[in-house]
Amino acid sequence: MRELVERALNVAQVRGATYADIRLEERRIESLSVKSGAVETLVTEEEQGFGVRVIADGAWGFASGSVVAGEEVDRIAAMAVSIARASAIAKREDVRLGQPIVSRGSYRTPFQIDPFSISLEDKIDLLMAADAAMRKAAPIAVAEGSLEWSRVRKTFASTEGSFVEQELVETGGGIVAIAVGDGDVEQRSWPNSFGRHQGTGGWEIVTAMDLVGNAPRMAEEAVALLTAPRCPSEATTVIIDPTQMALQVHESCGHAVELDRVLGMEAAYAGTSFLTPDKRGMRYGSEHVNIVADSTVPLGLGTYGWDDEGVPASHTPLVTRGEFVGYLSSRETAARFDFPSNGTARAESWRHLPIIRMTNINLMPGDWKLEDLIAATDRGIYLETNRSWSIDDRRLNFQFGTEIAWEIVNGKRGRMLKHPTYAGITPEFWGSCDAVCREWAMWGTTNCGKGQPSQTMHVGHGTAAARFRNVRVGIA
Amino acid sequence: MLGAERLHAIANTVIEASPADQTEVMLSTNESALTRFANSTIHQNVFEATVDVRVRAVVGNRVGVATTNQLGERSLVEAAQRAFQSAKLAPENPEFKGLPDAQPIPKVNAHSANTAAYTPEQRARDVKGICDRSLGNGVNAFGAWSTSAYELAVANSRGIWAYTPRTVASLKIVVMASNGTGYAERTGVDASRIDVDGAGEEAVTKALKARDPIAIEPGAYTVVLEPYAVGTMIDYLAYMGLDAMSVQEGRSFMAGHFGERLAGENITIWDDGLDPNGIPTPFDFEGVPKQKVVFLDRGIAKGVVYDSFTAGREGKQSTGHALPAGSGYGPMPLNLFLAPGDADEKGLLAGIGRGLWITRFHYVNVVHPTETILTGMTRDGTFLIENGHITRPVHNLRFTQSVLEALSSVEAIGRERRMLQDEVGGTCVPALRIAGFNFTSVTQF
Repeated sequence: MRELVERALNVAQVRGATYADIRLEERRIESLSVKSGAVETLVTEEEQGFGVRVIADGAWGFASGSVVAGEEVDRIAAMAVSIARASAIAKREDVRLGQPIVSRGSYRTPFQIDPFSISLEDKIDLLMAADAAMRKAAPIAVAEGSLEWSRVRKTFASTEGSFVEQELVETGGGIVAIAVGDGDVEQRSWPNSFGRHQGTGGWEIVTAMDLVGNAPRMAEEAVALLTAPRCPSEATTVIIDPTQMALQVHESCGHAVELDRVLGMEAAYAGTSFLTPDKRGMRYGSEHVNIVADSTVPLGLGTYGWDDEGVPASHTPLVTRGEFVGYLSSRETAARFDFPSNGTARAESWRHLPIIRMTNINLMPGDWKLEDLIAATDRGIYLETNRSWSIDDRRLNFQFGTEIAWEIVNGKRGRMLKHPTYAGITPEFWGSCDAVCREWAMWGTTNCGKGQPSQTMHVGHGTAAARFRNVRVGIA
Repeated sequence: MLGAERLHAIANTVIEASPADQTEVMLSTNESALTRFANSTIHQNVFEATVDVRVRAVVGNRVGVATTNQLGERSLVEAAQRAFQSAKLAPENPEFKGLPDAQPIPKVNAHSANTAAYTPEQRARDVKGICDRSLGNGVNAFGAWSTSAYELAVANSRGIWAYTPRTVASLKIVVMASNGTGYAERTGVDASRIDVDGAGEEAVTKALKARDPIAIEPGAYTVVLEPYAVGTMIDYLAYMGLDAMSVQEGRSFMAGHFGERLAGENITIWDDGLDPNGIPTPFDFEGVPKQKVVFLDRGIAKGVVYDSFTAGREGKQSTGHALPAGSGYGPMPLNLFLAPGDADEKGLLAGIGRGLWITRFHYVNVVHPTETILTGMTRDGTFLIENGHITRPVHNLRFTQSVLEALSSVEAIGRERRMLQDEVGGTCVPALRIAGFNFTSVTQF
């Protein structure tokens, strides 16, 4: 492996690269899904490959291939250099990376139980039991359950002298109960939306979900939603559960602080950001709002030893007592402001270019117990589990929907409500936050999309429930 | 590109090594390059060469899937074994009726040597032209110019062997003026026939017209949607329920409504993998030839797409719309068409006292699938229409709108269609004028 790595970097330099790095990966992903009493999918995926990234003539080039052998490594490395030279045809200034980074070492995701050690039979039995429990509890139309576990071994090396090896393990799963009636479709997902919660760790993540124990409630709530009243259209107080807060943080903060987006590098696809550099220090939210990027925290899907540029994992404040203070950065974007990268350049796989991605973007916990916060709320709505999401291309105007909500009347949870949606403008919304709870947990989002060609990234969000005042609900 | 002969040999290696009762092998190769630009400079420039071997093993009526991206015999045999072992462990599924039989595969012309041979230098020079045009007009260019060459082959132990090569060239441009943006997109099989200059001109012109937008109130407006916006809407309509799986589960807006009017008489929507106006694909990921499927025939709900599993449930034939084995989704239409009308731009605008011209939508999502309600933002060129003329640019708005209600309120349909491709599939659609399109809020730019 080291020989091939050095060979690729040598070829790139001989061809004229002033900087080169290589990532080699071996990936094994296994997944299982069950639907209404039958195994729907049972898949084992294995792949390996490598990607070479270079700077030549002051511009970037990247090429990747799946044949991890001498001649192919030469070809791909050479191709990366010729692509970089082509990029220089439309260059306005040279790429700068800032100070050299020399990282050495290894990292392995800590876990208690290797998810690959659990037999497939046991995994099937678990999902079938949860499936049966859902279908027994209530007359749902569809019961779904899924599990996924993966191991990625990656090696990163650069012409600056970095050489790091990592082994990242993820485990996740979930269930969904879908009820159909009178032209309506309602669903309840556990433990997170779209049937999936995932983290870096082992089988203990799945055990903690208690899929079978929570299955009946999901089915009962899905059916109850069919006849629940619609969420009223009004401006009111909302308390948002931790899983929906994860989505809120993701869309309105995590993406908004990606420095490449701020600099226009994502404008052609996902857009830009209202958090331009002149906005550092602006009031992003109330004093209760503290948000950090942390790639060191346990269980997070954005937890690792080094990013895909070899920059060590780190903890970066993004919003401190409501003030916007920090960005997610890569070496190139950080160099434009003469500060060091905070290690958030990540690639979906060996065949993708690393770009700035969220790591674990966490709303820090507050002091409230959720039950006390509800009790202290005269009137409002408690929203739980994301169902839909949309935000404008500068991350300002958003509209989100959850699977379920409950009225809060005189400090108590009341009627169930269906089709709950809420909308706002990002800084106004966060400015209306007047309480954050202390029951904090790490949630995993496995479907964050960005880049051209599109890359899907796994990111984490540690959150707790929070309360917001005068929020528009019931849009549709 | 490996070619049909080599891929057939690889497929045979897997099938012969498989101890399963039935075995299917899906093989795809992809050599894809993308030159990305921002602030009128190339900032990312990538190439990938990938191979995907996907094996579906059937033991009785139990199924397992394994993949590899290595073509050595050991890896192929091991993948066949993994799929077999998984299938043996799966419980019986009485609804699974087995792999499909072989049928004749039509020939399509979806491969261009020009695209396959398009070099990084060619893409860079094209991008430089777009950037120079933008800078010359005092604006900045952002976008992506990609060219890819793809092979898909499917074989199974029941005699299916299907192979097709395909190329796609796709150019997407966003141009930013001081406080306005414009967009253009071109997609086709042959990169040399993509009108790069025309696309650049379109995006620059739109951006310049979009400067200094005025505030506007949300509400219901008559809108003219450019094909970019219509394509997104039709894509999402397909996602919400134009497939047999969602109908069978009761989740589709089509369920229980076949033969009923769901849209205006001027609306006909279909899927056709063989139509050369799209990016033709003659068969699906099970090797079943693609049939043309009409979803809405002059507004009447007619049909949905099937794969072999959903077809087996109803005693029907697959329409050739399966996704790769193990994807977890049901069948999906990937070559969508909306029938054109006879209106030119003047005809689309005529008679609109006060309305909106929408270039495209952004970040669309489903709010309610059976009511076909979507939400999303406008983007990259949103203009006020007054007395039949485009007058002023306006701030972008959020829409929350039922697609079927919109398609029941179409007052005019453009005569020209545009071919649009995303990562999954494509649409070929005209512009639409729609009454009473609902905007629920505005943003600040």
